[in-house]
Amino acid sequence: MENTKKHLKYKHIISKYGIFFVLIAMISLMSFLSPSFLKSRNIINIVRQISVIGLIAYGVTFVIISKGIDLSSGSVLAVSAVIAASLVQTPDWAAKMYPNLPVLPLFIPIIIALSVGALIGLINGSLIAKTGIPAFIATLGTMISIRGFALLYADGRPISSLRDSYNFIGQGKIFGFPVPVLIFLIMGLISHILLKHTRFGKYVYAIGGNKEAAFVSGVNVDKYLMLIYSYAGMLAALSGIVLSARISSGQPGLGVSYELDAIAAATIGGTSHSGGIGTIGGTIIGALIIGVLNNGLDLINVSAYWQQIIKGIIIIGAVVLDMRKNNKRK
Amino acid sequence: MTHEIILEMKNITKIFPGVKALDNVSLIAKKGTVHAIMGENGAGKSTLMKTIIGIHQPTSGKIFFKGKEIIIENTNFAINSGISMIHQELSNIPHMTVAENIYLGREPLNKFKLINNTKMLSNAKKLLNDLNIFIDPSLKMSELSIANMQMVEIAKAISYDSELIIMDEPTSAITEAEVEHLFKIIKTLKENNVAILYITHKMKEVFKIADYVTVLRDGKFVATEEAKNLDNKKLITMMVGRSLEKMFDKETTHIGKEKIRIENYSKNRLFSNINFSAKEGEIFGIAGLMGAGRSELMETIFGVRVKDKGKLFIDGNEVTIKTPSDAIKYNIAFLTEDRKKTGLYLMHSVQDNMAIANINSYIKHGLIDFKKIKSDCLLEKEKLRIKTPSLDQLIMNLSGGNQQKVLISRWLLTDPDILILDEPTRGIDVGAKAEIHKLMILLAKEGKTIIMISSELPEILGMSDRIMVMHEGKQTGIIERKDASQEKIMHLATGASLDSFNENDYI
Repeated sequence: MENTKKHLKYKHIISKYGIFFVLIAMISLMSFLSPSFLKSRNIINIVRQISVIGLIAYGVTFVIISKGIDLSSGSVLAVSAVIAASLVQTPDWAAKMYPNLPVLPLFIPIIIALSVGALIGLINGSLIAKTGIPAFIATLGTMISIRGFALLYADGRPISSLRDSYNFIGQGKIFGFPVPVLIFLIMGLISHILLKHTRFGKYVYAIGGNKEAAFVSGVNVDKYLMLIYSYAGMLAALSGIVLSARISSGQPGLGVSYELDAIAAATIGGTSHSGGIGTIGGTIIGALIIGVLNNGLDLINVSAYWQQIIKGIIIIGAVVLDMRKNNKRK
Repeated sequence: MTHEIILEMKNITKIFPGVKALDNVSLIAKKGTVHAIMGENGAGKSTLMKTIIGIHQPTSGKIFFKGKEIIIENTNFAINSGISMIHQELSNIPHMTVAENIYLGREPLNKFKLINNTKMLSNAKKLLNDLNIFIDPSLKMSELSIANMQMVEIAKAISYDSELIIMDEPTSAITEAEVEHLFKIIKTLKENNVAILYITHKMKEVFKIADYVTVLRDGKFVATEEAKNLDNKKLITMMVGRSLEKMFDKETTHIGKEKIRIENYSKNRLFSNINFSAKEGEIFGIAGLMGAGRSELMETIFGVRVKDKGKLFIDGNEVTIKTPSDAIKYNIAFLTEDRKKTGLYLMHSVQDNMAIANINSYIKHGLIDFKKIKSDCLLEKEKLRIKTPSLDQLIMNLSGGNQQKVLISRWLLTDPDILILDEPTRGIDVGAKAEIHKLMILLAKEGKTIIMISSELPEILGMSDRIMVMHEGKQTGIIERKDASQEKIMHLATGASLDSFNENDYI
């Protein structure tokens, strides 16, 4: 009896944290294959590399838990990047987009870009809640239109010569940590608290777990769907700010197919597309697995083509494992 | 006139986890006859039919078809053996045509093994014409009215050229004229020596078309009689005739002032002109058969559906409820009928399931106060004696009775004044049932108003202070506890009026 209990507990831990062990195994393997892998500089580098996708993935996690999907994040990233960049160009730059624009305090362009992202999310959420069209279709439509809007806004060209204070967001360091890494971690913490410790988060799980039951329990499903997609849009916009600051340029072609990487990270991290299940911690691990894979395979000189093949297999494998875990419960 | 036996079921028992749905039931069907299967909701009629068509396998017992013992592994096996069924729920594919629906899975093919659409259409046309059903088979199913969809289902069941056709409440969705039409079809089938098993709640139909009647009660076989030897009263007595020994000790509670009143509540096609009121400390029962509109009425009161007309008063003041959150604001709670569909979050923990309707009161500085949730949930767990190893257990791992208790405690946490309980003890074990009944009495004693829908007559009679009976969307009467009897409720539930009830008919 005692033994089986222990055994069950052991199995429970494996199934609950399985993906974490996969990450540990990958890290061990990589550090064995490449001595420079475990150096703290490389580790920080990995986190910096995943920070942009990771920020999108936080929002996508909310969306997928609510049994939705958001394909528009990559386009939102681009729009946010060009809008923010157009408002923070250096005053002496000749080809400024707004020649007479005074030097704005940094927070104003940031707030504007984030608001645009949240607004696009709100449009997604309203379409889904009010017209009842599937999230896939709604966000596919906005993905295409918003990309067009980004190209239109920037006239198809990069917006460059950005102020140093803005570039600091992508390139600076605080206490030796790259700013994108700090933003990634702070937003991770905020997202975790939102999801696990607020009414909003509880309702995200409830809507994804059983929408009818949530409605009967008094949850304003429409309103919360709009909030969920707005939050995801806001995070995608934030990733646009980080990315444009990192490359000192707002480009309308940025972030193509990033939404898919973000969905992959959330999925590998155990967020269930049947809704109702998922955690921010899992998504961080999912993003790290992708990061470790890219970085590690780079270090040991595996070609980018192979990396892509392996990444695809890992995504499918993660979901198959997850399904088996859930089937066993039934 | 003698008829050959085509189907014989011997001692069929079917056990679902925790429930004995069929207990030692035997049934004989003869060629060229209509055999009606009757009983209250949950008597086991549909389950029995589903073992014939291969949806369920009996736990024990034997089935003989045309003299040979067979094991009906699946629906295909049944159809190939010559058995087909008209299902109670419509099971068509809306985006496909009538012809495609009829021949689904057995489409006529041409020499290239491609679907021969012309032949399929002409076959369908002939089939429908032969049955005098004038529906264009090239129409999409979704373009048909519900009644026409049902007629297509009937045609489909007949198109298999089966020797035994099961009809599970085929008239629940069609109009009077179409019922007549169906009866003509049934007559032709009888002449062609087809055996028909016919489930219905409607007395009128039984006496019109049935040759034999078998009554089931609580999953048990009661009797098989020739229809000509029966009348309305005999049949009702057979259906309800259980002894009342197992009844509840309903304690008398103090019944206070009126709490909730409904005036002329109507919703197109579902129910019309419903009027009732319920008082503090009262348990108000709502009885009726399937399709009476009871759940729909409660859903409308709670704001899950929007009413067409009518007024709702709480404590004498008229209020408007458009969504469930409005209802919750007026301290109404609603335990829904379908636990899995509209109640549980199967993949979530007991605690999460319990707290979800009351999250609002656990917010402290914008964050959820988990300590408070946990202590409240633990209290509920103790109070309702919910058997779970911990509050973190996934609710899917609990028994039906304990799941139901969790859902009840979900609503108790919101401290409601009015509790609407839709089939509060359906599909749960006897022990949990008794505990829920005790709890209901306790809540009534605290002065809460309880509105309970139940399809089980002993439960309705045992628990209710007053009983409203509904039939096909209309209220047929409200009975005081002291005047209520099983016969009276069944009388009203089958559509008759209170004036036409004569106690002496049933003795």
